[in-house]
Amino acid sequence: MANTVVDSDPHAGDPNRRDFIHIAAATAAVGAVGSAVWPLVNQMNPSADVLALASIEFDLTKVQPGQQIVVPWQGKPVFVRYRTPAEIAKAVAEDNAPMKDPAKDASRHKDGKPQWLIVVGVCTHLGCVPNFGTGEYGGWLCPCHGSQYDTSGRIRKGPAPLNLEIPKWDFISDTKVKIG
Amino acid sequence: MSGHSTYEPKTGFTRWLDSRLPIVRLAWDSFVDFPTPKNLNYWWTFGGILAMCLGIQIATGVVLAMHYVAVGTGDVAFNSVEHIMRDVNGGWMIRFVHANGASMFFLAVYIHMLRGLYYGSYKAPREILWILGCVIYLLMMATGFLGYVLPWGQMSYAGAVVITNLIGALPIVGKAITTWLWGGAAVGAPTLNRFFSLHYLLPFMIAGVVVLHIWALHVPGNNNPTGVNVKSKADTIPFHPYYTVKDGFAMVAFLILFAVFVFFLPDALGHVDNYEPANPLKTPAHIVPEWYFLPFYAILRAIPDKLTGVLMMFGSIGLLFVLPWLDTSKVRSMRYRPSAKLYFCIFVLVAIGLGFCGANEPDQKLIPGVSGFQLLDYNLNSFVWLSRLLTTYYFAYFLVITPLLGLTETPLAVPDSISTPVLSGAAALPKGATAQAEKKG
Amino acid sequence: MLRKTKVLAAFGLALTFTGLAFAAPALAETTQAELKDVHWSFDNPVFGKFDQEQLQRGYKVYHDVCANCHSMNLMTFGDMAGKGGPFYNEKYPNPNDNPYVKALAAEYKVADVDHDTGDAIERPATTADHFKAPFANEYAARAANGGALPPDMSLLAKAREGGPAYIYSLVTSYQANPPAGLTVAPGKYYNPMFPGDLSSAWKGDPKAVPKGGLIGMPPPLRDGAVTYDDGFKATTDQEAKDVAAFLAWAAEPHADDRRQAGFSVVIYLLIFAGLLYASYKRIWRNIAH
Repeated sequence: MANTVVDSDPHAGDPNRRDFIHIAAATAAVGAVGSAVWPLVNQMNPSADVLALASIEFDLTKVQPGQQIVVPWQGKPVFVRYRTPAEIAKAVAEDNAPMKDPAKDASRHKDGKPQWLIVVGVCTHLGCVPNFGTGEYGGWLCPCHGSQYDTSGRIRKGPAPLNLEIPKWDFISDTKVKIG
Repeated sequence: MSGHSTYEPKTGFTRWLDSRLPIVRLAWDSFVDFPTPKNLNYWWTFGGILAMCLGIQIATGVVLAMHYVAVGTGDVAFNSVEHIMRDVNGGWMIRFVHANGASMFFLAVYIHMLRGLYYGSYKAPREILWILGCVIYLLMMATGFLGYVLPWGQMSYAGAVVITNLIGALPIVGKAITTWLWGGAAVGAPTLNRFFSLHYLLPFMIAGVVVLHIWALHVPGNNNPTGVNVKSKADTIPFHPYYTVKDGFAMVAFLILFAVFVFFLPDALGHVDNYEPANPLKTPAHIVPEWYFLPFYAILRAIPDKLTGVLMMFGSIGLLFVLPWLDTSKVRSMRYRPSAKLYFCIFVLVAIGLGFCGANEPDQKLIPGVSGFQLLDYNLNSFVWLSRLLTTYYFAYFLVITPLLGLTETPLAVPDSISTPVLSGAAALPKGATAQAEKKG
Repeated sequence: MLRKTKVLAAFGLALTFTGLAFAAPALAETTQAELKDVHWSFDNPVFGKFDQEQLQRGYKVYHDVCANCHSMNLMTFGDMAGKGGPFYNEKYPNPNDNPYVKALAAEYKVADVDHDTGDAIERPATTADHFKAPFANEYAARAANGGALPPDMSLLAKAREGGPAYIYSLVTSYQANPPAGLTVAPGKYYNPMFPGDLSSAWKGDPKAVPKGGLIGMPPPLRDGAVTYDDGFKATTDQEAKDVAAFLAWAAEPHADDRRQAGFSVVIYLLIFAGLLYASYKRIWRNIAH
């Protein structure tokens, strides 16, 4: 019986194992696996209900001059501080003093409203919540390892490497701010 | 299988690794150079498809478990599933993949098992392979049952109540065991919490048994559509690239069907009642399990006595375990057993029929408009009597037909080897063969 | 040949049984009239899409009529400003910023705790808050509705056979005069679309028991029950269509996303399958099999 089927060497007459079609199929496979993996990774990013709480509104009339109010935001404390003119003046005067993380006071508040200082109340050293009004610089003193911040929230003494973080915030009216 | 490994580590690192833990060699011998019969048809792709399904279920399941909450104040479990559907990024997709993935997993396993039945893959020397498969099937059923309870919808709760109450049918120890299972006087929060824990555990047990299943397969090597053993190297080809690519193609084709359900018909295989939070005081009008349990549900309800019904239901699965010893046929593949093929086809239709019986109420009229007559406890024109007829065939197929057929049938002529019918066409068949064997199964 | 005939005959028989099983034999007890034939923009499982203006009208009906008795506890105001929702605005991709839903939310007062004094207070709702339920708990809801509990509407369109078609059919099928011979208990209303068993309340021909049941909800909609802002006429029929569409969206807000993603996925998989098939054929071309 005439035997026209080749079966001895599967690769006989096959000069190019890297045929285009195999590369195309393999590329499509990589694309498929990538698109399948992405949702499995992205699902761990903050969900819609967490993002819904990502910004809060705060009524500034609650804060007395010279005082601060602690506002919980995204699981962290935020200090909303109503600075007295003396405190503002002291911060500006020390703009050029040597510090670890130099910053001008003007860059840490909104234009025209220097009395409002909003910072995240988490020490940039290891995360403790600094105490209001204590320390040599009149700003905050962190009880854990002694970091001291001035009335602009800048690190002046102690192990913390950076100034207190300014979160994204804005006025939505003269007396209301949106944080986040 | 037997034979010396052809793996040759080429780099310094691979030689170093091979002398300490020959894992690359194991992968090479099992999945690259593994000699596989060259005549496997598409029914053989479902093993790979099943492995893919298990991987998909575990990946999506672990991710869902990052957001699912089982127990708390209020409808916590139900609401956490809706939180996944509404708030979690891509959560709706992961949930629908997992829920429909369970159905696809069972579709594939039934096809895989039917392939085993038709081609005699359970026969010696693959009895342990078959039994391990039955163990995987049982674990899958347990996992599927536990998983369906987790959303804590009306049908989840009803399913938990019905199945745990079945255990209560056992004499003497029944009540103690059900109280122990429930963690209370009825299905409740403790039950749900432990079901969640077990649902997370069982798939990894399945994965372990799958490893044994593949090991047990690789000892004798794959069966093939002719049922004839591999005789020489001419009968086999390396698993890679021939079957890696063929399996890959079959997997993608399967994924297309999977995608149609997930993206276009995600609730088609579910039940509307499960979108209502569980209410212990309000039982759904028609309690039905998921489609893959329906045949067993029909068998359970066909028997009037509760304990016997439970035993028959578990017995219908238990029979599978001893199938290798029930089958007396000397011929492995039904390709050459025309009578067996016929009874097998009827068996498949009976199984599907039992599924439809399970979906309907027992006392519902089978043929509408026909009044029928009362036979014992139910009208003859009811789904119960159809279930009883079909259940009889189901058990008879394994206990009567299969043993007898092997002794009484006249099989067709079986080819000498795998290569013979392909290489030499009609001349390969011995004289006197009554019919030409089909080329492809 | 005979074998094949036997197999085919068995198959045909099974198919007949299958067909009969699906022929929906008359149920012994619960009955329901056939749902109305009604269509929406989102009907097609592949190409369907919610109509945003219809969702807005539907929300109005829910807000003005249904929300007086029905809660929707799983929905937040911000959800309505998400992609695919009734008040989604491209200018405000972050629902927290969408002024319309912020204003909608602010109309409601929700319970909260004063952070300074610890007292229980009420504050205006924000986009993060869930819809406020009309009743404090199930018992209050039942007490106000003659013992019946108005179901939560978050998933109602998915928790009923027929979904939005059922909801539409139900609210448009109340009859001014129920069939003579039917005893309607006070506080209940006959509705042929509400699944029920009326054989015990029926005094007429036992073979002609009316389909449907007695529902505790009075007809909720009427012409002009709401005023639409977009010029659509607020007939009962239109209100019913719109609120059913809104409830369908509320049951699965990401449905449009799902259908669109599915289209891309299936196209990609078809191409992928084609490539793999060609690759398979190429690899196997020299093997006798």
